[in-house]
Amino acid sequence: MSGGGIGGGKGFLSGLFARRGSAPVARDRLQILLAHERAGGSEGQSDLIAKLREEILEVIARHVPIDRDKVQIKLDRGAAMTTLEIDVEVPGLKLGGAAAAKSVSQ
Amino acid sequence: MAKVVVVTSGKGGVGKTTSTAALGAALAVGSNGSPGKNVVVVDFDVGLRNLDLVMGAERRVVYDLVNVVQGDAKLSQALIRDKRVETLSILPASQTRDKDALTPDGVARVIEELRERFDWILCDSPAGIEKGAQLAMYHADEAVVVTNPEVSSVRDSDRIIGLLDSTTAKAKAGETMAKHLLLTRYDPARAARGEMLLTEDVLEILSIPLIGIIPESEEVLRASNLGSPVTLSNPDSAPARAYFDAVRRLQGETLEMQVPSDRKGLLSWLFGRRVA
Repeated sequence: MSGGGIGGGKGFLSGLFARRGSAPVARDRLQILLAHERAGGSEGQSDLIAKLREEILEVIARHVPIDRDKVQIKLDRGAAMTTLEIDVEVPGLKLGGAAAAKSVSQ
Repeated sequence: MAKVVVVTSGKGGVGKTTSTAALGAALAVGSNGSPGKNVVVVDFDVGLRNLDLVMGAERRVVYDLVNVVQGDAKLSQALIRDKRVETLSILPASQTRDKDALTPDGVARVIEELRERFDWILCDSPAGIEKGAQLAMYHADEAVVVTNPEVSSVRDSDRIIGLLDSTTAKAKAGETMAKHLLLTRYDPARAARGEMLLTEDVLEILSIPLIGIIPESEEVLRASNLGSPVTLSNPDSAPARAYFDAVRRLQGETLEMQVPSDRKGLLSWLFGRRVA
């Protein structure tokens, strides 16, 4: 039981590959996360996101009425690129239900 | 009706976050006989968040619990839906603020709103017995007390049980909070050799009902490396099966208590030895 191999009920070979698999994934995840946290900290980043959100919404609001509470913001921090996705529900608009604005930062 | 469960321990490093993620995912996917539930896991460890990392959502955090409590973001904007299980969400803690950013009233509002959206609300408590830990447990209906079979962990759990019975909303209303013991990092072989506190010993000392025994397993580290609750990364593994059983007990089922184990081949055993 103690110090046993990985892979639960799986075979030896798949256990071998699983073992090789997980540590590099952990290292990559940490490197990406810490790079973002050290560079200005999460605070600076969330300020940037708030600024981008406000300005993008301002532009949209100039043309169509929008409900501020129905804005969804999604973020995906990557190693080379971060994707910021802003979904804006436009209730008055008859073409479809929602319009989406996408922007890429960094 | 929604249930708020605090996952707490007093001592750090015993497996609160791992267990919150594993129990939350197990509740959300369901198992034979019990359908999946709407679940949110909430990180109360303001300043040292880690539930996002264990859940694999660290890249997607935009807003956090503090933003919602302070009114800077709507709850719906801060909730991150799990990419693997549709009925599982996470509400991350803030990484940059300190504990004082949470107010009792603000937390109460958020919990009320969560109760409307979810069947189960699992609150991952910070270690310690101070403000953060007390806020995490304050609104709970039930508690999962995570304990290692080790003297300092058992002592701290006893302290936490005392707080659950005195400083929570339930206690103040004169009600008793249901408390469940989750024994983690348990090594049956060492316990059998008399090198580790026995389950019976811990149960006798803490005298709260046992909800599960999670065996010490490398699968738990692998799961956290991958950013996946162990109940999703390897549902057939021994710790995952123990978590699935715990979740069924949490929902009121009566199951025979056992410590699941992994069957291993000789070669993988040798290999595991060499690396460990």
